[in-house]
Amino acid sequence: MNGAIYARRRRVNAAMLTLTAACAVLSASVLLAILGYIAWKGASSLSWAFLTNLPKPVGEAGGGIANAIVGSAKVVGLAGLIGIPVGVASGVYLAEYGRRGRFAFCVRYAADVMNGVPSIVIGLFAYALIVMPMKRFSALSGSVALALIMIPIVLRNTEEFLRLVPGTIREAALALGVPRWKVVLFVMVPTAGRGILTAALLALARVAGETAPLIFTAFGNRFWDDGMLNPIATLPHAIYNYAISPYEDWHRQAWAAALILMLFVLAINVAARLWLRPSAGAAH
Amino acid sequence: MTTAAAPERSVPDARGAARVAGSRERAGDRLFRLLLTGAAGLILLAALALAWQLGSASRATWKAFGLSFLWTSTWDPVNEVFGALPFLYGTAASSALAMLIAVPLGVGSAVFLTELAPRRLAEALCFAIELLAAVPSVILGLMGVFLLIPAVRFVEPLLGAYLGFLPFFRGTPYGVGLLAAGLILALMILPYITTITREVLLTVPRPLKEGMYALGATRWEAVRGVSLPYARSGIFGAAFLALGRALGETMAVTMVIGNTPKISASLFDPAYSMAAVIANELAEAASDAHLSALIAIGFVLLVVTVVINGLARLMIYRLEKGA
Amino acid sequence: MKRISTLLAAVLLAAPAFAQVQSLNGAGATFPYPVYSKWFDEYHKVKPELQINYQSIGSGGGIRQLTEKTVDFGASDGPMTDEQIAKAGGAVLHLPTVMGADVPVFNVEGVKELKFDGPALAGIFLGKIAKWNDAALVKLNPGAKLPDQAITVVHRSDGSGTTYCWVDYLSKVSPEWAKTVGKGTAVNWPVGLGGKGNEGVSGLVKQTPGAIGYVELIYAMQNGISYGSVKNKAGKFVLATVDGVTQAAAGAAKSMPKDYRVSITDAPGAKAYPISTFTWLLVYAKNPEGKGAEIKAFLRWMLKHGQAMAPALGYAPLPASVKAMVAKTVETIQ
Repeated sequence: MNGAIYARRRRVNAAMLTLTAACAVLSASVLLAILGYIAWKGASSLSWAFLTNLPKPVGEAGGGIANAIVGSAKVVGLAGLIGIPVGVASGVYLAEYGRRGRFAFCVRYAADVMNGVPSIVIGLFAYALIVMPMKRFSALSGSVALALIMIPIVLRNTEEFLRLVPGTIREAALALGVPRWKVVLFVMVPTAGRGILTAALLALARVAGETAPLIFTAFGNRFWDDGMLNPIATLPHAIYNYAISPYEDWHRQAWAAALILMLFVLAINVAARLWLRPSAGAAH
Repeated sequence: MTTAAAPERSVPDARGAARVAGSRERAGDRLFRLLLTGAAGLILLAALALAWQLGSASRATWKAFGLSFLWTSTWDPVNEVFGALPFLYGTAASSALAMLIAVPLGVGSAVFLTELAPRRLAEALCFAIELLAAVPSVILGLMGVFLLIPAVRFVEPLLGAYLGFLPFFRGTPYGVGLLAAGLILALMILPYITTITREVLLTVPRPLKEGMYALGATRWEAVRGVSLPYARSGIFGAAFLALGRALGETMAVTMVIGNTPKISASLFDPAYSMAAVIANELAEAASDAHLSALIAIGFVLLVVTVVINGLARLMIYRLEKGA
Repeated sequence: MKRISTLLAAVLLAAPAFAQVQSLNGAGATFPYPVYSKWFDEYHKVKPELQINYQSIGSGGGIRQLTEKTVDFGASDGPMTDEQIAKAGGAVLHLPTVMGADVPVFNVEGVKELKFDGPALAGIFLGKIAKWNDAALVKLNPGAKLPDQAITVVHRSDGSGTTYCWVDYLSKVSPEWAKTVGKGTAVNWPVGLGGKGNEGVSGLVKQTPGAIGYVELIYAMQNGISYGSVKNKAGKFVLATVDGVTQAAAGAAKSMPKDYRVSITDAPGAKAYPISTFTWLLVYAKNPEGKGAEIKAFLRWMLKHGQAMAPALGYAPLPASVKAMVAKTVETIQ
């Protein structure tokens, strides 16, 4: 009797092992399928000329996306300069001063909500906030839109990583008579630094792939940009424009550009996670 | 979800600390605290400003239709009659389907990765699943169009043949529609559910699990008896976070949902989500009434997101209190 | 860390020290984007110190941004209404640039050519004609083997000038359509799936057996989808070509209003293709310093050299009579 029950339990165990393994393998293989498909479609159109040329008129060979790559770097870079400090500062506030209290609760709630707002609505908001008063489209407004998307991500992660720092470190520093702000800035934050920096990198990678918020803000540009106060080209926008056109040549360029974007985003993610791994092991 | 490194009471806030020490808060500390408060306030201010801006830009629609906007199902830009019901339905149905698929799949994967798998394999699979979250939406949309839709068009007749007695699996197998949208959304929220559930499962205290093993439980029984119940609130949190992401997903959904504002029980039929209609019609909305209606839908979406987040926080708070 | 971030900020915010380039920004219709981008790229070669940056955010977007004065010129496939012009705060000139055509694309096994007429197309898109072997279609195509298959209608989900042209035509040939659905860049479609962009529609039609949709001529040509001929006002079945579209405009040219806001669907003329449309550049009659002159110079170039580039891209150049009229209007821009 016991033997039969035990055998059944072992069978159930084996079945669940297989089932859950199938779930995990299925999930993981989706990524490989996506990468494989993009590589297959885009690799043949990649070339040095593609990376360094400006877009050419329709029908002419040799067009490139150099301005989109540089444009993306600029817009995402400025978004990071705006979003990362604000996000980190907010996260520090929540971790250090926001354990209780209605204000902290509201801030967390607001961050969650902003996280869920569709990026096109955030783009609209940036349009109303910056483009309309300035009466021009600009890279600046695009960066602000992206920063608004980044801040909740950086905020939440900063708070999490700061909370993981052992309280004993804070107490030791305070006991030595170090002013509180110095304790936070020079002891706590650097200790959590690796995690925070990782979160910042991941947030940058996330916004680097956003298209919708840039349509009504950064606007796009077929030439080199004229400074941050003017329209500018970005990679996801270029991909989108080429993909919906009727021309085979532009489609090929879209796939090649998508491959570049994918590689860039993946590179950042892989680097960030590899970097994070040792410290995560220690904290856990 | 987070492990506090020290009990709450030994970390008073700045003003509390000053009171205990019997002195005023130092100037440097005060400035620091104010700066940080300002930064934190920025995101709160942004959220409020966004809500206000959406509300005021859609005023014309609310004045014209009032609350009936929410349950009218006509969307007629020419005759300027607008109703949000088809989009509410499409968003709800595609998100629900996505959750139905992604939550079991994600929790199953997380269980495998934390409890049942050998470490090296777990790390590699984990890596791949986390990277899935990094794929830009527009690229997933392109995948959806070229890979997913033909696959769905192939599968739908089979589903119709075997499960056609259910109202969900009837109708013409177009390929685009609620089923495809649900699938692609499931793909997008899967990594979030998996990684967060995994983190939550890792916080289950070892003594509890070891107790089960000592009693002779199999690994699965330990998971089912201890780990999953312990992690329940965290899993709920993960699910709701993922739901929040699914509600606002735009580009990938609009490429596969069929973009038809009709309400139908069948998963094979095309539908329309709130984010998708905004993305599709915003650029060309020439009339003020049309633009206002689209922004009103954005406002409704914002409210739905706020409510869902509120419910999630409430649920997690209750479960944590109960546990 | 601090030093790096200040340096980074300085680099990013400083305008690149390229040769002082003047730039014009324009926004609007997606339909002519390929030919406009060709023109602006070519014009940049002619005049390197000027960059004209055109972005296709949609006709409605173009009208809106022109009104908000965030761009220097707009572009639209549907003319502005009187209300919109009034809101723009200043006279707005509609300058036709090229014409395009919508074609009915279909996917029926074994059938390569089909003939349609206005009432038949309206019936299909209203949902009244639901099968391929319906009597109306069989009458138009006696030789074709039309199957007993349901028709899957595919339309645009995003607002578009392509849609505007199509429903404008349907409104003219079908009183029922005009009454129940009407015309606009986005309408309340009685039946069918919505595809995003011309790409979305052509993709759906290609992959769905029994489907019918409408796309711009260039998309059908480039993607190798079968499209049908349409009966024009003179009673002839015309397969869309660049020439047929020019003929449609020529037919309307005789009664061209001074502000060019005219529809050329269902145009008279034996060789005219009935589902054709102008697309317009929208320019203020009075422009801020310097911009008016630049816009004028470009438009002159466009009329003289740009028109010849259109056919290769699937767009019809303006007929000679219209070109002459437009040239005179261009000169009035300040």
